[in-house]
Amino acid sequence: MARQHKPRLAVWKFASCDGCQLSLLDCEDELLAVAEKLEIANFPEASRAVVKGPYDLSLVEGSITTPHDAERIHQVRRASRYLVTIGACATAGGIQALRNFGNVKEFLSIVYAQPEYIETLNKSTPIADHVFVDFELRGCPINKQQLLEVISAFLHGRKPNTPPHSVCIECKLRGTVCVMVAHGTPCLGPVTQAGCGAICPTYHRGCYGCFGPKETPNTASLSQWWSHLGVSRPDLIRAFRSFNACAEPFRKESEVHEKN
Amino acid sequence: MRKTNSSSKSETIKVDCLARVEGEGSLYVRVREGRVVDVKFKIFEPPRFFEALLRGRNYSEVPDITARICGICPIAYQMSSCHAIEDALGIIVGGPLRALRRLIYCGEWIESHALHVFMLHAPDFLGYADAIQMAKDHSGVVQRGLQLKKAGNELVTLLGGREIHPINVRIGGFYKVPARSELGPVAERLKWAREAALETLRWAAHLPFPAIERDYEFVALRHDSEYPFNEGRIVSNKGLEIDVRDYDAHFLEEHVSHSNALHCLLKGRGAYLVGPLARYQLNFDQLSPWVREAAREAGLGPACRNPFQSIVVRSLEILYACDEALRIIEEYQMPESPAIEVQPRAGTGYGCTEAPRGILYHRYQLDDAGVIVDAKIVPPTSQNQKMIEEDLWQLASQSLQLPEDQLAWQCEQAIRNHDPCISCATHFLKLHVERD
Repeated sequence: MARQHKPRLAVWKFASCDGCQLSLLDCEDELLAVAEKLEIANFPEASRAVVKGPYDLSLVEGSITTPHDAERIHQVRRASRYLVTIGACATAGGIQALRNFGNVKEFLSIVYAQPEYIETLNKSTPIADHVFVDFELRGCPINKQQLLEVISAFLHGRKPNTPPHSVCIECKLRGTVCVMVAHGTPCLGPVTQAGCGAICPTYHRGCYGCFGPKETPNTASLSQWWSHLGVSRPDLIRAFRSFNACAEPFRKESEVHEKN
Repeated sequence: MRKTNSSSKSETIKVDCLARVEGEGSLYVRVREGRVVDVKFKIFEPPRFFEALLRGRNYSEVPDITARICGICPIAYQMSSCHAIEDALGIIVGGPLRALRRLIYCGEWIESHALHVFMLHAPDFLGYADAIQMAKDHSGVVQRGLQLKKAGNELVTLLGGREIHPINVRIGGFYKVPARSELGPVAERLKWAREAALETLRWAAHLPFPAIERDYEFVALRHDSEYPFNEGRIVSNKGLEIDVRDYDAHFLEEHVSHSNALHCLLKGRGAYLVGPLARYQLNFDQLSPWVREAAREAGLGPACRNPFQSIVVRSLEILYACDEALRIIEEYQMPESPAIEVQPRAGTGYGCTEAPRGILYHRYQLDDAGVIVDAKIVPPTSQNQKMIEEDLWQLASQSLQLPEDQLAWQCEQAIRNHDPCISCATHFLKLHVERD
């Protein structure tokens, strides 16, 4: 497609830790090359300069937790040709979505002396609950190589190649011995989407689910295996309730054990 | 985004979205009849309630969860939470495991300081909107900055598994520790980084600095024999010297009328500053002799009270962190076990470590099963917020003759001087979104 200008990239932040947008600045070897191919038109964490929209590609970090942000995401969508969400906050509501299982008023009063000053919603929700999202990049944090792949794919009008299979496949590819089979270490790898490179098993610990549920995860079976390994029900519930607690398969699995 | 609006009598400088800071904040300065009458450094980042969501979690999950407060300094959160919980459990991590914790912290200082020095702060001094624009004219400087940052990230990745939200830190130590031979390649890279840091220090020393001297009360950790990372007493240049567990008795959060954010104050004394300037003055004698010499060559005395020169002190701390990392690697012996045995018990623990931006205080109360009953986290940016506003009062008052856009830029810069991390501060700060 013919373009009059370099494609314009915008980076937007909602409730988050900044780690996923930092991943772009962490591309130390590639950042200047990326900046040659596209115009970094709106990226407040990195630049004072703001180029007016519309933007060809918007990367959105963070979840929706305030009435103001619930409005603002619609403005971002209107100004963006493609909108890609990056990280567990944007794709699943993040760790702050733990409030969704409790009472936000109670949370408020624990942290703030005068809760009436705080504007917040009862739930922390992913961006796709509010606007159409062209692509979701998983991870807490995202993998910077996958981020480059997504940017490159959108620049060239193709689908990003980010496999939806499990962390187990990455362990096999790395030649990492299965920590659950060999050492009896509880691991969320069988139900968690690949993308991190199976770091935890390589460091002798079980996967704790940063990339959220894989395609068609069998969480019930994994829970059973964890129980055989001696994991208690409260521990099992909390394992599914971390950074991707409100991703549907993880939320449902944790609720099954809460009800039983 | 940036608005100034003036009549013959009054003038308002507003920056609705501060750039090149981690997180979202805004700046508001009001001038009437040639006098600054109001200053607000506001934070409108949404709260995430970490202290609340930690309740009911097992002690072992805390370092993984608190890391998510900040993508830029996750190690600081992991270190403060580990030390606080270990305090509650009555264990002390020593020997090579202690050294490895210091080593991974060196990596975070290098990575975080390099990000700030080159990508967030330097463009202000050289008149660019960002580091990418700056790279067009100062390619060598920006490349050096990126590679320095990479050296820090490589160290964190080796010990932590990845640079953002590392997975290898746990209560009692690590999941896996490196063999001596695994540290070889990163040591080679750090030798280059140490040279690059020295060049950076010399370069930073010659940037143009506005003349301003502030009479700060500096607060930092101080340790008997080392420049502080994970341990020490909390001291100030104005007579404070307390144990970490006495933090709550000496510091408080105040609700001030001109802002709806909670400001940290020293009881009976007021605003204080944490971060590189504070660490430097309070621990100058703990720097290795040749790092002290490099400081002198760069024109730094044993104290630096010009906040704009924090870029020089940060560069010096990059140099120190590279040098210290190399010393630790040189002396490293692989421990027999990656972590010491931990048994849960009821108790309250306190931890304070030196995040790149200053002291980070954590306090946890555990029940006898090791479940978190109560948590308190005080990040450096909330401690600095009041002092940042005081900087703005002084700077705006003495720079009123500047054209409006330059004055606005200088005020923004005055905030960036302290590398505020708003994502960190917000789960703690009181917010009120004032819509203009």
